[in-house]
Amino acid sequence: MANFSLPKNSTIGQGKAYDHAPGAKRTRTFSMYRWDPDSGENPRVDHYRIDLDKCGPMVLDAIIYIKNEIDPTVTFRRSCREGICGSCAMNIDGTNTLACTKAIEDIDGDVRIYPLPHMSVLKDLVPDLTHFYAQYASIKPWLQSQTPAPPDKERLQSVEEREKLDGLYECILCACCSTSCPSYWWNSERYLGPAILLQAYRWLVDSRDEATGERLDELEDPFRLYRCHTIMNCAKTCPKGLNPAKAIAEIKKMMVARTL
Amino acid sequence: MSLRSPLGRVRGLGSAKSGAHHWLHQRLTAVAIVPLSLWFVNAILTHMHDDHAEIVDWIGSPLVAALLIALIVAVFYHAKLGLQVVIEDYFHGELAKVVLLVAMKLGLAFGALLGVVAVLKISFGSA
Repeated sequence: MANFSLPKNSTIGQGKAYDHAPGAKRTRTFSMYRWDPDSGENPRVDHYRIDLDKCGPMVLDAIIYIKNEIDPTVTFRRSCREGICGSCAMNIDGTNTLACTKAIEDIDGDVRIYPLPHMSVLKDLVPDLTHFYAQYASIKPWLQSQTPAPPDKERLQSVEEREKLDGLYECILCACCSTSCPSYWWNSERYLGPAILLQAYRWLVDSRDEATGERLDELEDPFRLYRCHTIMNCAKTCPKGLNPAKAIAEIKKMMVARTL
Repeated sequence: MSLRSPLGRVRGLGSAKSGAHHWLHQRLTAVAIVPLSLWFVNAILTHMHDDHAEIVDWIGSPLVAALLIALIVAVFYHAKLGLQVVIEDYFHGELAKVVLLVAMKLGLAFGALLGVVAVLKISFGSA
């Protein structure tokens, strides 16, 4: 059966509470998942109460503040701090999103921060994305064309053809959608998940690509594609406002179109 | 413990190159079941107070027998397609999965056969 409960060494205990804002007017408590692979201990949740007047407005600002001012052992990924690199994807207030574009103000009460769900954790808020990236590589995310490119200019697309890539090219592969999908939780060894399928569709509808048939051949599989049961968590959670579920539905339509 | 590369693990045994028909048939049977069950519920309500002879006579009509068989086949086929997905989703032990899939498919095929034979038997007038 699928595993519905946490293994013994993954059950989460209570950690330490730090009050770093005595006497401050605007404060907030951040409850963060912590796990150190070298300690041999179970994961725990540490609580940090901080002064919001001393840090920036986003959740990532608060995490950086906590690392700089309170606890340098807090481990997380971040880079661009403006929602384009996808590094700081994590589960905030019960929803997968980017810490850098999530405003602290938009969250009621304590801010609960966990790593992306159902992934192996390397440390604290850092999940192991090796398999996710390998899945991305498996769909050959590059232009495949037998016709050589014109010698003196780029491959052309009409305005309408280019418009088909809107809502797809914006994906930054942060993995928020895939790790919010129950089908991906239960079957990620074989199911490609919403992020990778949206990327696959991005190449399927690219008018310059000539490998559409081969791409569909590779996707037509009860697990790779058809584990999507239209649960829609992917579209709900996407921090870029994209709709992977629609891209998957379009792939399913292409599959039928070539059999009729 | 495996030292196989992540990409090798993802590619696995390759694409099954099937699934489109499963998906299409699940939707087609779902669409077919809507009018068939509406007709069936209406027919049951209409014939609720009929005696045995009247019911046998009703099923004797070729149109009624054909509609009943269509409903039975569509429902059992749809159930087979749906349960297959449920088992594939939640059962990860290879042996348990295969045994359940085979038992489910044979069981539902027999159920459908039983229903069809019953309708034909009544329809051809030997019940």
